[in-house]
Amino acid sequence: MKSVLALLTLSPLATMAAEVSFNRDIRPLLSDNCYYCHGFDEKHREAGLRLDVRESALKDNDGVRAIVPGDLARSDLWQRIISKDEDDVMPPPKAHKKPFTSEQRVLIKRWIEQGAKYEAHWAFVPPMRAAVPGGEAAIDHFIEKRLKAEGLAFSSQAEAGLLLRRVTFDLTGMPPTIAELDAFEAAVSKDFEKAYTDAIARLLKSPRYGERMAMDWLDAARYADTNGYQMDSIRMNWPWRDWVVRAFNDNMRFDRFTIEQLAGDMLPKPTQDQLVATAFNRNHMLNAEGGTIAEENRTKTVFDRVETTSAVWLGLTMGCSQCHDHKFDPITQKDYYSMFALFNQLVETGGVDKRFGKKSYSNMYDSLYALESPYLMLATPEQEAQMKSAQSNRDSAEKALMARSAEFKVPFETWVKQVRADGDLLLKRIEEDGLRRIAGTIKLETLNYEKLTNKTERALVELFLRGDARWASAMKVIDELRAEEDKIQQQIPHVMVMRDEKKRETHILKRGNYETPGDIVPPAVPASMPPLPAGTKADRMALAKWLVSPQHPLMSRVVINRLWQQFFGRGIVKTPDDFGLQGALPSHPELLDWLAVEFRESGWDVQHMIRLIVGSKTYRQSAVVTPAMLAKDPENALLARGPRHRLDSRFLRDQALALSGLLVEKRGGPAVMPYQPPGIWEEMSFGKNRYFQGTGEDLYRRSLYTFWRRSVAPASFFDVPARQSCAVKPQRTSTPLHALTTLNDVTYVEAARVWAEKLASLSDDDARLDHAFRSATGHHLDARGTTTLKQTLAKARAHYQAHPKDAEQLIATGESKRLSKLTPTEHAAWTTVCLMILNLDETLNP
Amino acid sequence: MNPLHQHALNLTRRRFLGTTALTLGAPALQSLMAAEKGLPSLPHFAPKAKRVIYMMQTGGPSHVDLFDDKPELRKRRNQDIPESVLGGLRLTTMTANQKSKPCLPAAFGGKERGQCGMWVSDLLPHTASIVDDCTFIRSMHGEQINHAPAVTHLLTGHNLPGRPSLGAWLSYGLGSSSDNLPSFVVMTSRDQEASCGQFFFDYYWGAGFLPGQYQGVPFRGAGDPVLFLSNPDGMNRDLRRTMLDGLAEMNQQAHARLGDPEINTRIAQYEMAFKMQASVPELTDLSDEPQSVLDLYGPDVKRKGSYAYNCLMARRLAERGVRYVQLMHAGWDQHGNLPTQLPIQCKDTDEASAALVKDLKNRGLLDDTLVIWGGEFGRTPFVQGDINNPKAHGRDHHPRAFTMWLAGGGVKKGCIYGSSDDFAYHTAVDPVHVHDLQATLLHLCGIQHDRFTYRHQGLDFRLTGVEPSKVVKGILA
Repeated sequence: MKSVLALLTLSPLATMAAEVSFNRDIRPLLSDNCYYCHGFDEKHREAGLRLDVRESALKDNDGVRAIVPGDLARSDLWQRIISKDEDDVMPPPKAHKKPFTSEQRVLIKRWIEQGAKYEAHWAFVPPMRAAVPGGEAAIDHFIEKRLKAEGLAFSSQAEAGLLLRRVTFDLTGMPPTIAELDAFEAAVSKDFEKAYTDAIARLLKSPRYGERMAMDWLDAARYADTNGYQMDSIRMNWPWRDWVVRAFNDNMRFDRFTIEQLAGDMLPKPTQDQLVATAFNRNHMLNAEGGTIAEENRTKTVFDRVETTSAVWLGLTMGCSQCHDHKFDPITQKDYYSMFALFNQLVETGGVDKRFGKKSYSNMYDSLYALESPYLMLATPEQEAQMKSAQSNRDSAEKALMARSAEFKVPFETWVKQVRADGDLLLKRIEEDGLRRIAGTIKLETLNYEKLTNKTERALVELFLRGDARWASAMKVIDELRAEEDKIQQQIPHVMVMRDEKKRETHILKRGNYETPGDIVPPAVPASMPPLPAGTKADRMALAKWLVSPQHPLMSRVVINRLWQQFFGRGIVKTPDDFGLQGALPSHPELLDWLAVEFRESGWDVQHMIRLIVGSKTYRQSAVVTPAMLAKDPENALLARGPRHRLDSRFLRDQALALSGLLVEKRGGPAVMPYQPPGIWEEMSFGKNRYFQGTGEDLYRRSLYTFWRRSVAPASFFDVPARQSCAVKPQRTSTPLHALTTLNDVTYVEAARVWAEKLASLSDDDARLDHAFRSATGHHLDARGTTTLKQTLAKARAHYQAHPKDAEQLIATGESKRLSKLTPTEHAAWTTVCLMILNLDETLNP
Repeated sequence: MNPLHQHALNLTRRRFLGTTALTLGAPALQSLMAAEKGLPSLPHFAPKAKRVIYMMQTGGPSHVDLFDDKPELRKRRNQDIPESVLGGLRLTTMTANQKSKPCLPAAFGGKERGQCGMWVSDLLPHTASIVDDCTFIRSMHGEQINHAPAVTHLLTGHNLPGRPSLGAWLSYGLGSSSDNLPSFVVMTSRDQEASCGQFFFDYYWGAGFLPGQYQGVPFRGAGDPVLFLSNPDGMNRDLRRTMLDGLAEMNQQAHARLGDPEINTRIAQYEMAFKMQASVPELTDLSDEPQSVLDLYGPDVKRKGSYAYNCLMARRLAERGVRYVQLMHAGWDQHGNLPTQLPIQCKDTDEASAALVKDLKNRGLLDDTLVIWGGEFGRTPFVQGDINNPKAHGRDHHPRAFTMWLAGGGVKKGCIYGSSDDFAYHTAVDPVHVHDLQATLLHLCGIQHDRFTYRHQGLDFRLTGVEPSKVVKGILA
C-alpha cells in the first residue's frame, strides 16, 4: 500500500523535498508526453523504446540507456529533455507537446536521482483497506486527514432544513415537504443523530428512491424510447427501466444487479425479470436506414456493448483498442476483440426484423415500432389470447383473399402495359403511396405476375392491387383486422434482450473495419487483468462473475466512485469514465479503497454505502464558502465544505411539479409525452415523426417517464446526455437558454400558477411567502428576503390591476383546471412571485 | 466592456458595493466568460476568417450533374461503368446488387462560366454568376456511404455520434464575438416537396464531449426562433424586468449568505437571457432590409424556415458577430427521381445560396466571412434504377469524389482545385479528404488543427482525428 499512501500526501509543490512518487508525480508526465510513441502500443513504438515498463526503460539500446538510476549524465531520457537541439529534444517539437516546466523537470531529475522507481498503476492493484483509528468514521477520518495536512478544517454542520433538503434531493430527486421539514426540525432539537438516521431510513424506503437512482443508471445505459438513426422508430424497452427502479428499491445486491444485467439469460432457469434485465446491453441504437450494410451496423452495436460495459464496470476507455493497442492502458486490440466475442453471439441481424404499428395506415412514422431480435414479449394471458384470435382472424381473411389471386392476373398485366406506355402513371402512384424507392429498380418488360422474383416486384403488385376496387375492399377488411392486431400488439411490451443463439467466430477487425477481418480471437477478459478461474467457459456469465469477484481491482472502485459523485458532484476520481493511466488520480486514494472494500464486504449493499456517505460529517457540512476557502480549493475537491451544485434539469422539473402539487406519482409503464413546444420533432424529421402531447396525468409524471427520442432530447431538459452512448459524468453548464426554459416553459409557468393557488389557503402574504420560499429552499425567509419578495408582489399586483387582461392570460397557462379561490389579478401576481421563487438560485441548487 | 460584465458590475455598485468584490473579480463569471473569450492560446496566428457560414446540403448533391461534367460518361452513356473503375469497393445495398451499372452523364446542360471557366450546370444559374468569387474543390472525398455517418463525419470529424461539431470546436476555441447572441447558431430547412427521408439529429450540431454550452443553438423556423424565448402570455417585458430585478436581489442576498461564486454566474445567466429576448426579435425583424436585398434572395425569403429565409438570417447573424452559422438543408437525395426532382431542388436553393455571397460581398463582409457550400457526399456516375426511364431513375450515394465550393474568408477567388477521374468516380488530382477540409477551415480561422485538442477520457482529441491531414494550401488566397 505504499504507493497509495504516497499519493495521499499533499500537492506536488509541497512535497518537493520528499521522495518523488512515480504514480503521483512521474507517470502522468511520462503518460502525457512520452507513452504515445514509447508506450504500450507496439505498432507505434518509436526507436524500439518503451518507457512504461522499467526493465525496458533501463535496457541498453545500442549503447544508449534511457534511464540509468541515479545517473543523470548517462540517462538519455534526461539528456533529451534538457537538450537544446531541435532534432534531439524530447518531446519532439512536431508532437506539439508543451515542453516540460521547470517544476516538472525537477521532479523527473529527482526521480532519476532517487533510483527511478516504478510503481504499478494504482487502479490495477486490488484495493486494500487502510486502518482507521477505532471510533472514527472512515469517510471523515480520511477526509479530515487530508484537510489537516492542507491546513484546512471541516465546516460546521448545515442548518437542519438545508441538510434535509440536500439529502432528500440526493436520495429521491425531490424536495422535502413543509410537513417533513417541520417534523425533522422538531426531531433534531431532541436528538439530532436519531432524527437524521430516521430521515435517511424513511427516504431509502420511499419508492422515489429507486426512481432517483435509476436516472443516472439510464444515462449510463444509454436508455431511450427510440432507435436513433434514420426514422428513429419507437422501441419498448421500458420494462427494463422499471426493472432498474425496482432493483434499486429492493436494494438488490450490486453483484446480482451486475450479473442479471450482463448475463441474466444464462442463469439457471432465468425468471422473466432476469431476462428483462439483460436489456441493458440492448439499449444501443439500431440503424434501419435503407442502403446500410447489416454487418456494419451489427459490428457497431457490438462495439457499443463492449464500450458501455467497460465504461460502466471497468472505468476504462476500451474504444481506443478497436483499431490498435491502447496507447496508454494495457488493453491490446486482441483484448478488445476478445471482449467483443463475449457479446457477439446473438441472432441479431444488424437491422430491424420486427415492425408493427401504424406503418400501413395514416403515417408510417408516427408510431412505428421497430425491433431487432432477440426480444421478449411480455403479454398477459388475456393479451396472448386476444393476440391469437386477432391473428387468426387476419390470417383467414388474408388466405381467403390470396385464394382469389388469379382473378387479378389479367387486370394487372393490362395495368403494366399502361404503365409501360406512360411512365407518369406509375410515378404518380408511387408518389401517392410513398414507395419511391421501388421506382427505378423494376424491369417492367420482364415482370411476371406469377413469378415475382423480389420484394420490389411484390411491392409493385401490391401497389397495383391497392388501386383495384375489389381488392381494395377486401384489403380494407384486412387492414382493419391488422389494425386490431396492431392495437393489441402495441399494448404488449416487446423487450429486446440478450440471448446467445448464434455461434460466431470473432476476428480482430483491422482498423475496426468489419470488411477487414484479421486473426480469430476466442472470447476472454483482458489479459492484463486477473484471469478467469481455471476451467471457466469464457462467456457473458463468466465476465459478470469476474467483475464482481473479490480480486477485481477496478469494478468496486469504479462503481463506488460514481456513487460518491452522485452526492458530492464530483468523484474521488474526477474522471469517472477513465481509471486508466490518463485518468485523474484519486483525491483521496485511501478513502476510495476503503469504500471499495467496504462495498464488497458489505455484500454489495448499495444502501449501506449510501448511509455511510450521507451519514458522514463530511456530507453534512454547511456549503457556505469563504473567500479563503475558494482561493485554496475552488472545486471543493478537499471537501472543507458541503456539496452545492445545480440540480439535474430533470429533477428541476420534478421539483416544480412537486411544489405545485401537480405531480402524478404513477410509477412505471410506457413513456409519456408531457408539454413540448409544437413542431420540434416535426422539424427534425420533416413532419414524419409527430409529437402527440399527452393530456391529464401524462403531463405531470416524473421526468424519468418522459418519452426520450434519440434524435432530439425532450425540450424541457438541458445539460442531459444524448442517450446515444454511455454517459457517466453529469454536465453542469450555465447558458441563457437554461434560464429561458425555467422562466418560460409552460411546465414551470403552470406549476407557478397552480402553486399560487395552493398557497392561497394560508392566512396572509407573509405566511404564504415564507411557506413558498421554505418549500423551495429548505429555510425560512429572512427580513431582507421578505422585503424583496413583498416588493415584487406589490409591483406585480399593481401591474395586473392595471392590465387585467394580462392577468386572465397568465392564469390560463397550462391544461390543469383553475380553481376560483383567487381573483384573476391576485392569482396572476402570485403566479409571478411563484415563478420567481422557482428560479431562485437556492431553488435550483439544493 | 462587454455589456454582460458591465451589468454585473453595475449591479454590484448599485446595490451591493463592497460585499462581492472578490467573487466578481475571480471565478465568479468564469464559465460564462470562458464561453465568451475562448482559449487564451488561440488563435495560433492571425485568422483570415472571423466567422463561418456553412451551407450544408444534406442528401448528397449530384456532383456529376451540377459541377463535374465528363465527356467519358457521355461517350459511354448506357454502357456499364468498367469494373476496373469500381475496383470492388463497397456500395450501398441499394445498388450493390443492381445487375448493371450503366454510365449516366450529366443530365442537364451546362457550360464553363466566368473568368475561371468552372463548369456549372444550367440548373444553377445564380451559382454560375458567382464562380469568380469562389473556390471549387472537385476532389473532395470521404469513406462514409450512408447519410447520417457521412454528415456526422463532415460536421464532427468522426462517423459515430459523440464528437464535438465544427461550430462547437470554434466556439470553444475562439469564443463568441457577439454580446447577446449565441456564438453558434443552426437553422434547418428542407426541400419544398418534402421528398427527403433524411432526418436531422441534434448531434450534428452537438458539443460532444466539450461542455454543453458550446453546442449549436437551433433557431427555429416556426414558433419562437429560440425555444422558450417568449415570456408567457400575460407577462410583458416590464413585468419580467420587475421579476428579474427581484430575482437578482434575492440571489445577491443568497450570495451574501453562502459566498458561492456560482450565484453571480446565475445572475449573469438570467440577465443574458433577458437581453436575448430583445436581441433575437430584433434579429428576425426583416423590416429594415431594403427590397433590393430581399429580392436578391428570391421570392421565398419571407417564408420563415425556408432556405432563402435562413440564408438571409445567416447574413444578419454574421453581421452581429455570430461566429459560426450552420444551415442544414435537406432534399438532395435523388435515388429514383433525379431528372424530375433535381431541377426543383436547385431552384429552391440556387438563388439564395448565391445571394448570400453577393450580399456579404456588397457589405464588405465576404473578406472575413468564410462561406462553404456542399453535401456529405456526391452521387454515383452510374444510374440507380432504369436508365431508360428518366422519370424513375437517379443516382446512389458516392463519397469517393465530389464537389464543394467555398467563398470569402481567405480562400482564392475563381479557383478550380483538384479533379476527379474520367468517370467522376475517384479523385484524380489533389484529393481533399473531409479532414483536410476541416483542417483548412480551422486554418482560415487562425487555428493549427493538430495543435487544437481537448482532453477527454485520457486522450487528446482533435477535430481532424488521428490520421495525418493537411491544410489545402492551394486554395488559400
